[in-house]
Amino acid sequence: MSGITRRRLVRGGLAAAAGASGLAVAARLAGRYGLIPPDHGGLYGLGETLTYASQRLLTSHSLAREFARSEISKQPFPNPVAPPNEEFKRLAAGNFAEWRLTVSGMVARPLSLSIADLKRFRASGQITQVACEEGWSYVAEWIGTPLVEVLHAAEILPQARYVVYFSIARGWWDSIDMADALHPQTLVTYGMNGGDLPVNFGGPLRLRVPRQLGYKSVKYITRLAVTDDLKRFGKGLGSAPPEGGYAWYAGI
Amino acid sequence: MPSRHSLTVRVTHWVSALCFFALLVSGFEIVVSHPRFYWGENGNARTPAWLTLPIPASRGSVPTGYGYTLPDQNGWSRYLHFQAAWGAVLTGLVYAIYSLWSGHLRRNLIPERAGLSWRALGAAIAQHLRSGADPAGAQSYNLPQRIAYLAVVFGLFPLVIWTGLAMSPSFVSAFPITVTALGGRQSARTIHFLVSLSLLLFVLIHLVMVYRAGFGSRVRAMITGRTGTGREEL
Repeated sequence: MSGITRRRLVRGGLAAAAGASGLAVAARLAGRYGLIPPDHGGLYGLGETLTYASQRLLTSHSLAREFARSEISKQPFPNPVAPPNEEFKRLAAGNFAEWRLTVSGMVARPLSLSIADLKRFRASGQITQVACEEGWSYVAEWIGTPLVEVLHAAEILPQARYVVYFSIARGWWDSIDMADALHPQTLVTYGMNGGDLPVNFGGPLRLRVPRQLGYKSVKYITRLAVTDDLKRFGKGLGSAPPEGGYAWYAGI
Repeated sequence: MPSRHSLTVRVTHWVSALCFFALLVSGFEIVVSHPRFYWGENGNARTPAWLTLPIPASRGSVPTGYGYTLPDQNGWSRYLHFQAAWGAVLTGLVYAIYSLWSGHLRRNLIPERAGLSWRALGAAIAQHLRSGADPAGAQSYNLPQRIAYLAVVFGLFPLVIWTGLAMSPSFVSAFPITVTALGGRQSARTIHFLVSLSLLLFVLIHLVMVYRAGFGSRVRAMITGRTGTGREEL
C-alpha cells in the first residue's frame, strides 16, 4: 500500500467538502418538508431522523391495518396506569357528564366539548391493533369521531404543524404531526367493542393513533393544542416520552 | 505481500460488528420488558405464551414467576436499536453492492462448483474440529466458511430486517403483506428473536474459529489487511 500522496489528499478533501455541503442541503430540505422529529438532538438523533423522514416519505397517507370482527381479541390487555387523581374521581362520580375536551391554539374557533357533543360529530369505527413497545398486542373495535372532524370544527389555521394532546393525569401528554392529526383513522375514542370505553382502556376519552405504538394513544384526554412550534411545550422535545428517554415518533 | 481482506471488507466488517453488538444488547433489553413469545397476530400477558424465557421482566404487568422487576431500560435501548439498525442496513448495502461489483461474491463467497459436495463439506468441518488449522484458507475462504457467510449475509440478515420492519405499525400500514405473509405481528416478533439467536450462534462460532486459527494474526488481517509475517500456519 502506498503512502498518502498530494493527489489523494486533494481528492479526499474535495470529497469531504462535497459530502458536508450535501448533508447541509439535505438537512435544510428535510427541515422545510417536516422530516425532522422534535427529539432530533443528542446521541440517537441521526437514527431517529432517518426513521421519521423515511416514514413520512413512504407512509404519510397509508391506512393502518384493519381486522375482521372475528379477529377481535377475547383477552384485550389494559396496560396498568397510575391511579386516577381527585379530579378524575370527581368526574367519574358524575358519570363523566362534566368531562370536557378543549381545543385551543392555532384555531379560529376554540372549542370546549362534552362527550355528548363529541357524539354529535360524525362517528367512525375501526377494528385495529394496539401494539405496545414492550412487544405485546391485541385487536379491538374502537368507536369515536375522527380527530380531523374536531379540528375542522375548530377551524385550524393553515400554519398549524402539530396537535398536542394532554391527559387529565399530570405530566402525560404527547403530540402528532399533521399527517397523523388529519389522518382518517386518528380517532377521538369514546367506545370500545360495542360499549363505552372502559376506564382501564382510557375511558371516557382516548386519542387512538393506530399507525403508532400504544404509548402515543394517550388515555383520559382533556385538552388539544394546535401549534406550529413544539418548543413551547414541556422541555421542547415534542412530548413527555422523550423526557423519559422514549422516542417522540412511535411509528418506528 | 497481497492483501487478505480488501479495505471495503475490513471497514464494513468492523462497522457491522459494532452495530451487531449494539443491536444484541439493546434487543435483549427490549425482550426483558416482555420475555414471552407468541405465534399469530396477537399475544399479551392475558394469553398463553408459546415460549417464556426463564428470566424476570422489567415491567410488573408480565407474569414471570419472579417476585421483582428489573429496571426499565427500554427507552435508550429502543433509540439505540433503531440507530444501530440503520448503521447495519446501510453498511450491509455497501457490502452487498461491493461484493457484486468487485467480484468478491463470485471469487470468495460462492463455492466453486468442482469442490462443492457433502463429502467435501464434511471433510472440511471434520478437519476444523480436529485441528482448527486451515491450510487452504490463506487467501480466500474455505467451503464451510463460504456457506456460513452466504447464509448470514443473504439469508439471516434480510430475514432479521424483514421481521423487524414487520413490527413497525407505520411500515406495515403501507406494506401490509410484510406482516401478513409471516402470519401476524407476534409471529414476526418471534421469528425476529429466533433469527437473532441464530446470528448470535454464528458470531460465537465465528469467534471460536478465529481463536483457533490464531486470534492475533486473524484480527490483524481484518484490521490491516495483511496476513502477517509468514510464520503463521496459513
